[in-house]
This record gives sequence, structure tokens and C-alpha cells, in this order.
Amino acid sequence: MMQQITSAQAVILAINSFALGGLLFLLSAGFSLIFGLMRIPNLMHGAFFMLGAYFGVSLLDWGVNFWVTALLSGLAMAVIGGIIERFLLRRLEGQVLPQVLLTLGFAFIIADVCLMIWTGDPWQPSPPQNLRGAVQAMGMFFPLYRLVVLAVAVAVAIALWILVDWTRLGAMIRAGVDDPAIARVCGIKVSQLFTIVFCLGAALAAFAGVMGAPFLSVYPGLDFEMLPLALIVVILGGTGSLLGALVGSFILGFLYNFGQAMFPDLAYVILFLPMLLILVLRPQGLFGRVVP
Amino acid sequence: MSSETVSGWRRSAAIAVALVLLGTLPLWVGNTYYINIASQILLFAVFALALNVLVGYAGLVSLGHAGLFAIAGYTAALLLQMGYGHLAANSAAVVVTLAASAIFAVLALRSTGIGFLMITLALGQIVWGIAYRWASLTGGDNGINVTTRPAPFGLSLASAPSFYFACLVVFLLALGSMILFVRSPFGASLRGTRDQARRMTALGYDVWLIRFAAIIFSGFWTGISGLLFIYYNQFISPQVAALTASAEVLLMVISGGTATLLGPIAGAVIVVVMKNVVSAYIERWNLVLGVIFIVIITFMPEGLIPGTVRLWRWSWSTLNSRWNGTPEKPAQEDASKEPMPKVPT
Repeated sequence: MMQQITSAQAVILAINSFALGGLLFLLSAGFSLIFGLMRIPNLMHGAFFMLGAYFGVSLLDWGVNFWVTALLSGLAMAVIGGIIERFLLRRLEGQVLPQVLLTLGFAFIIADVCLMIWTGDPWQPSPPQNLRGAVQAMGMFFPLYRLVVLAVAVAVAIALWILVDWTRLGAMIRAGVDDPAIARVCGIKVSQLFTIVFCLGAALAAFAGVMGAPFLSVYPGLDFEMLPLALIVVILGGTGSLLGALVGSFILGFLYNFGQAMFPDLAYVILFLPMLLILVLRPQGLFGRVVP
Repeated sequence: MSSETVSGWRRSAAIAVALVLLGTLPLWVGNTYYINIASQILLFAVFALALNVLVGYAGLVSLGHAGLFAIAGYTAALLLQMGYGHLAANSAAVVVTLAASAIFAVLALRSTGIGFLMITLALGQIVWGIAYRWASLTGGDNGINVTTRPAPFGLSLASAPSFYFACLVVFLLALGSMILFVRSPFGASLRGTRDQARRMTALGYDVWLIRFAAIIFSGFWTGISGLLFIYYNQFISPQVAALTASAEVLLMVISGGTATLLGPIAGAVIVVVMKNVVSAYIERWNLVLGVIFIVIITFMPEGLIPGTVRLWRWSWSTLNSRWNGTPEKPAQEDASKEPMPKVPT
């Protein structure tokens, strides 16, 4: 059942893999922050991605500029995520099972509401006018839009790295995670910070949804297809590690595209293999710290 | 007569009445549709009891149990399709499910708390992925038909009442094994690992092994309920392995109250009845499921049944004091002080 691929195909697949990896990073960076730093099992992350993508579909339909759409969709999801965190999740701090049920409940509601509003048909918005087509280099054509997605993801990765590792806000977030009680004593408003992190994660997921819509298309069930991918990325890279999320995303991007081309029947299952390996060999993840 | 023997006598009487009612159900219900719903409730009660071993007694929340349920169903359905007999197909399905449970356990027990939950979710999605995408093996979205029901000891299970009795027997066996399990030293040590894993280790218990055994035990009954399901439906599709299915069973366990024997059974009744009623009127079962989750978490953290009783008493006493002008005794709040089992993070 294995399909042969030529080297020219392999190059295109590699480009697609990098683009998908970038998209997965946008999705899972927020998930990694929420799951790794705040210890919240946010099972609506896939739903944020899908709802963001649907917002994008509607906004683009009304003729809004693509980049404005992506930002607006992220902003809307930040507000929705912020409200859920501030008024419902906050009260369940430290209780895993209720948090799971609440986020799962919202994921189901969002999925059903999306089905009601945007129907069961898939939507595939087109990328911005000037990014369609392909660039030619070394006698080969590269799809321009996917390269742009990759560039955006790398830019976001650098921005997040600077935010978490080099700014005062990042230092406060890390302090709030390591020892919330002492951080509070030092005058850091930990719960406020956590709301900010949650909003950021939700916004990134929705942003990723809009960026991914032109090549993944948006359809019912996308949410629970993306959620496990974010999960694998985080298990692969190590919880709370942005570098881990970046590396994990690219590993997954390559596995998905090459798996799809070579073993079409098993492509989805192949995605989980590195996760199983990591769990057995290095449960803390590639770049994870061992929590005492 | 001391009060203890009275309550013991009442208890036995209640059990006897329940058994008689369950045993004669097809006679007084009559309608095939309702007998089938009763069969559904029983088979899902077995599933919920199995999950409750982990969620309630081990403090390990699994979101991949629909995967094990589907593995049993698919294995049997595939073997039946290839022409094997019922006995061979079912035995093989149980063996495969036990092996899968062992793999689930080895991987998921690398972690507890959120980690356990996330890993089981991913494992469940793998099963769904195989069922949905590996179309050459599993038929993909078209699923697999199971054309016949077995006839154990020459008794045909083709009719609704006979299948109901088969479900009842399996259900009673499962319940009996659960009663034995809860009272056994194994059950006690499992509760110990849930509440005080470190102390259990210090006392010389192998916490990992106890949890492993619990997952295998839970996996066994999950597989059995999966087999009942394919014979009930005579069809299996990837929908069975979806995350929604895992969430539904979790709702059964939680709505009835975790770490009790009757809770998951009551939860199965509530969810199956509600699903059938809701689906008859609107298509939005997932929406309803989500809303129930949020309502439970927000208003009744102790479970649907104790929570409803508490809210009912509270509203009743409030109304009484309004009408009579005399303050009634305050609503019983102690029930709410027992939240869901705390899962170590």
C-alpha cells in the first residue's frame, strides 16, 4: 500500500510540511501556554480554532481585508475565551475533572452552533489576491501563500519567545506559574495574568484558524481533529516549552504530509506514533523539564 | 428489632423489588421500542460501571474509553464478517480489548491527573482515526453490519425481549463483580492510591500495578459492553469511537455521582432516556450534552441526582418560608460540600 514519491514531489511536500508545521505551532503555542503554564486542560482549543476559522469565512465573505480578518477573528476569540476563563473556569481552579467537563461542554456547544450557522458544507476562503500563485526558484514552483504562513508562524514564535523570556510581563507569568502564592505576596496579580495568557492562547488559535482556512478548508469536525494535534505537539515538545512546541509542530507537519502521500490510509494514525515513542522513552517531552 | 436490621430488611426488599421489576420488564412494558431502550440502558450501565472504576475509585479520568469499546466492537464485527462463529469472534474481541487496555495502561500511566486524561484522549483518537480513515479494513464511514445475533445454549436473541434478558444477565454479572471489587482488598487499595498515592507507596503497595489492574478490569467490562452494543445495533461505525461517545459515558458516571455503585446506573438511565427523548424532537443532542455539562459543573458539582435533590429542597424550603412567614430550617448544604473526587494534578 506504500506509494512512491519523486524528489520533485518531495520538495513540494516539504514546503507543505513547513507550512502545516507553522500553522500547528500557532495552534499549539497557546495550548502549550494554557496547559503547561496554567495546568488547565483546555479541551475547547480545537473549537477556538474552528470558530475562528468560521469567523474568518464570514468576514472575508463581507469583503474585509484578509489580515484585518485574521486579527479581528483573534480579537473576538480573545474576548470569548476571556469571558469563559474569568467567569467560569476561574472558579474551578485546581479541579481537573470539572475543568475538563466545562471546556468539553463548551467545545460541544461551539461545534453545534457552528453547524447551525455555517451548515455542514465545507468552506474554503481564498488567500489574499497578491499571495495566490507560486514563486519560481531553482526551476521549481513554490506555493506563495504557504511560505507566508510559515513566515508568520516564525514571526509569532520569536514574538512569543521575547514576550515570555525577555519582558517584565513574561517574568511575572513565569513567577506566577512557579509559585503562585509567593508571586501574589510580591504584588503580582496572578489571576489577572492567567486571564491574559488564556486570551492570548484563544486569540492565537483563532488566528491560526483564519490562516489555515485557505488550505485546510473549514468543516464540522475540524475542531476535534485539530485538538489531538495540539495535544501531540505539546506531549512531543514538553508542556510549557515554546521551543518544544515549535519543533513538535514541524515534526507533525512533516509526518502528516509525507504520511498522507505514502500511506494514505494510515496518515492520521502515523501522527500519533512519535507521541507514543516519546511517552515511552522520554515522558517529559523533548524539551520539557522534569517536574519534581 | 434494632434499626439496623430494619434498614437491612428494607434494603433487601428494595433489591428484591428491583430484581422482580427488571426480570419482568418485557411483560409489563410490552412495546418493543421501550424494551429496546431498556436494553440500551443496561448495556450502557455496564459501560458506565466500567468507567466508574477508573473515574470514581482510581481517580483517573479517561477520555479514551470509547476507543476500547470500539476495539471490542470492531474486532468482533470484522471476525463475524470474515465468517468466524460468535464464540470465536467474541473471545477474540475480549482478548484484543484486554491487550489494548494493557497498552492504554502502560502509556497513560506514564502520567496521572491531566496527563492521564490527555493521553487517553489521544489514544481514543487513534482508534477513531483507524476506524474512520483506514477504510480498506474498517469500511470507513460506512461501518460494518453485524447480520446475526448469537444464540447461546440454543436460545435465540433475535427478538427484543430475549435480547433484553441477555443484557440483564450481563448487567447483573457486571454489577456483582463491581460489588465484589468495591468490597475486596483490591478495591480498598485502589481507593488508597486515589486518595494517598504516596502513603500507599510508603506502605509497600505497588501503586502502578494496582492502577494497571484497575484499567484492565475496567477494560474488560468496557469490551463486554461494546460486544452487547454491536449485537444490539447490529452495526458499528466510527461514531462509536468518537470523543463524543467517551464524553457521554463520562456524563453518565458523573451525573449519577462518582464512586458509587448506583450512580453510573442512574446516569445511564438519565443519559439514554434524555438522548432518545431529545433526539426525537431536535437534532441538537451535542448542544444539549454541552449545556448539561456546564449546568452540572456550575450548579451541581456533586452530581445530577444529589444536586437536584439539594436544589429541590432548597427551593421548597424557600417557598415554604415565603408563604408561611416562618423561617424553615436552612436548606441542607452538606451534600454540596462533597465535590467531585479530586484528581491529583
